[in-house]
Amino acid sequence: MSDAFDVVVIGAGPGGYVTAIRASQLGLKTAVVEREALGGVCLNWGCIPTKALLKSGEVYEQLGHLGDYGLSVEGRAYDFTKVIERSRGVAKQLSAGVAFLMKKHKIEVVDGAAKLEKGQGAPSVAVSLKAGGTRTLTAKSVILATGARAKVIPAIGLAPDGDRIWTYREAMVPKTAPKSLLVVGSGAIGIEFASFYRALGSEVTVIEALPRILPVEDAEISDVALKAYKKRGLKFHVGAKVTKLAATKTGVTLTLETDGKTETLEAERAIVAVGIDGNVEDLGLEALGVKIDRGHVVTGAHGETNVPGLYAIGDVAGPPWLAHKASHEGVHCVEHIAGVAGPDIAAPIPGCTYATPQVASVGLTEAQAKDAGLTVKVGRFPFRVNGKAIAAGETEGLVKTVFDAATGALIGAHMVGGEVTEMIQGFALAMTLEATEAELMATVFPHPTMSEAMHEAVLDAFGKVLHL
Amino acid sequence: MTDVLMPALSPTMEEGVLAKWLVKVGDTVKSGDVIAEIETDKATMEVEAVDEGVVEALLVAEGTEGVKVNAPIARLSGEGGAAAPPQPAAKTAPTASAPTAEPEKVAPPQSEAVPAAPVRAVTEGASRIAASPLARRLAAQKGIDLATVKGSGPHGRVIRRDLDAAAGAPASAMPTAASAGAAPARQVLSLEQMGIAPGSYDLTPLDMMRKVVARRMTESFRDVPHFPLSIDIEIDTLLTARVAINAALEASGVKVSVNDLVIKAAAMALKAVPDANASYSPEGIARHHHADVAVAVAIDGGLITPIIRSAETKGVSAIAVEMKDLAARARARKLKPEEFQGGTFSVSNLGMFGIKSFASIINEPQGAILSVGAGEKRPVARGDVLAIATVMSVTLTCDHRVVDGAIGARWLQVFKGMIDNPVIMLA
Repeated sequence: MSDAFDVVVIGAGPGGYVTAIRASQLGLKTAVVEREALGGVCLNWGCIPTKALLKSGEVYEQLGHLGDYGLSVEGRAYDFTKVIERSRGVAKQLSAGVAFLMKKHKIEVVDGAAKLEKGQGAPSVAVSLKAGGTRTLTAKSVILATGARAKVIPAIGLAPDGDRIWTYREAMVPKTAPKSLLVVGSGAIGIEFASFYRALGSEVTVIEALPRILPVEDAEISDVALKAYKKRGLKFHVGAKVTKLAATKTGVTLTLETDGKTETLEAERAIVAVGIDGNVEDLGLEALGVKIDRGHVVTGAHGETNVPGLYAIGDVAGPPWLAHKASHEGVHCVEHIAGVAGPDIAAPIPGCTYATPQVASVGLTEAQAKDAGLTVKVGRFPFRVNGKAIAAGETEGLVKTVFDAATGALIGAHMVGGEVTEMIQGFALAMTLEATEAELMATVFPHPTMSEAMHEAVLDAFGKVLHL
Repeated sequence: MTDVLMPALSPTMEEGVLAKWLVKVGDTVKSGDVIAEIETDKATMEVEAVDEGVVEALLVAEGTEGVKVNAPIARLSGEGGAAAPPQPAAKTAPTASAPTAEPEKVAPPQSEAVPAAPVRAVTEGASRIAASPLARRLAAQKGIDLATVKGSGPHGRVIRRDLDAAAGAPASAMPTAASAGAAPARQVLSLEQMGIAPGSYDLTPLDMMRKVVARRMTESFRDVPHFPLSIDIEIDTLLTARVAINAALEASGVKVSVNDLVIKAAAMALKAVPDANASYSPEGIARHHHADVAVAVAIDGGLITPIIRSAETKGVSAIAVEMKDLAARARARKLKPEEFQGGTFSVSNLGMFGIKSFASIINEPQGAILSVGAGEKRPVARGDVLAIATVMSVTLTCDHRVVDGAIGARWLQVFKGMIDNPVIMLA
């Protein structure tokens, strides 16, 4: 086997493996180096297996409300081991799918840990092979797609202890569901695990340092979501600074400070979900002088680093830490390398949280738009008056649209409610195509669907709402 | 049978001059054949057939002015597979908007109610402009002609950032912006009312170029607070340098003119005094990143100002080659819009006519224009001794809203320094 490639991708997550496929499609001889499992965190420890868990949780929780639908069932129960097994099975199936795709596209998968060394032109890639030994790959272009991991703060105990304190990783495969759980951090990851364990009946308390949950979302959406989650029995401490988390013999103890008042919480387990750190270590980046800023590789518009021939995409290149952002950047990067990149389209990146209810958004929040000095027109439409939502019993939630008043451009859309993660793409598409309110109003939304609330939220921004 | 309609060569074009027919009745045309030339503001554009057939009738005579967009201009008999869907009756074609059953007999002459009548793709041909809905709206708001904006989106689609760029560097957009919101042309008395006897003159109808020149110069002279600054420059050193440069370039066949050197010196001076390379706009003063020097070229029937882009970065031989090409194509009226729209500064040279000095009218939105007179031997005082030197007078007309007297004077000093001692241009 030759060790010379056109492109070597380091990391086979959704950024890396998609980049490799695109590289191969462009006729580039491509290898991908993976130290763990094809599909990366997304497929194995993130997006996908959590969706499997959440589905189990949702179905189980729905069984508790069957009476709402005129149904009943005897003996609602779950087998936690099987819930976890299903989730692992889903991950395994998809990882095997990636292996198939690599083979189909004639991409060489090198199992091992990569380290960059000074090469001629682009750095060369020394791989400590899983099977033993090392192999050095050379390439015209090397693309870092090493992803990220949970941020930990060991000084105050916000770090996994191998037993009671978890990151997303441990939280995905415990032996049993904890009776009580503390979740530190109310971003998408924290809220999803909180939602899942709550669905199975755990007593869950979420601690957020900022004044509101889901802090990257629009404030109104955070608000509606908070109320909905509280209804499900989740507890929250916002504006609360964790000063210490410690495991005890029977559980965990967490000390927090809210408005100068100290409080102590106890639970069986805790999940640390306070953020993400790029995987920039042990790759030989320092020796090459690769510019790194706050745990992420600094890149230009096409993923290029300050080192010739070295690129970085996805989580390792900075937020938002989302699989679809990584894939998007990877494809653009490799098309740039091949010289076939199309015009650079500033596409907004949607973000989704798959709790019950779901949250999805794209573009600017109302506050961000105002901070940017824009005059905005804002529309809102609640699901509680949407026919399909009422029929489905999913009336919790809101659609909010933000338009630039001067131009009529849609600049943000924010949703909380049932299946909104499947609907946000409509707004994302509108923004990428630079639609104004005129096209959105002229678009026909099928009846009855929950998506009609999107249309109404557009109409509402211009005083034309129909069903309010 | 298919009607050939007057194409819209830009989204804001409402009418044009049918300058020339290139086919006659009985000719067979096929898709892509050039059948006519249409004159718009500054360029003559070719009209290509989109259908096949035999020319049955030319409905509009050569030289007809004010032919409305979408008016039928010729009729093709559909041969074989032309298969163009039947047109609505020619009478209704120009205003396809109203669903009235009663066809309007003729569109009222002033009817501008339907600025961009929905045009069927087949007749629209190459003139269709891909633009996002937001880009279209921004263009309308800012009065920018989409045809003048280069699209950076997929397949050249004009998207928001292109409009932002066009607005940020108002140069390219301004000509049409001016036309969109222009004050009505000054109503003048007829020549007869002013005492010119009928029959004592020949009248040449105003072509598009003449109309545009008239309108833009009137607006600029009336609305831009302008003032001239003049200075005399000895050019003997420059002329010696030119001889040396041309000797060095002899093998390549390139000849550098005094005007090419003036362009280069002007660009370098703009780089040195960026305040003079600026445009006034209500949003603020735009300081241009490059010296895009527009050079007035007299052509048959008017003038046009092709642009040497980023002239500060180009060598004089490159400028000479480019200028020669631009001037030749300007005279043939073959310049593309982006080649004559969007300069940041202008140079007008009437030295070859022996003009000693003059003050040009500012080419909006540029901040200044340099008028170059003839280089001629003049007596000069060196201390108390009278000597003879080749002297050239130049005048900088400045837009006082952006280029104040001191800025203009400083620019002229730097420019004079470059001409006095051309070696400085290499610095």
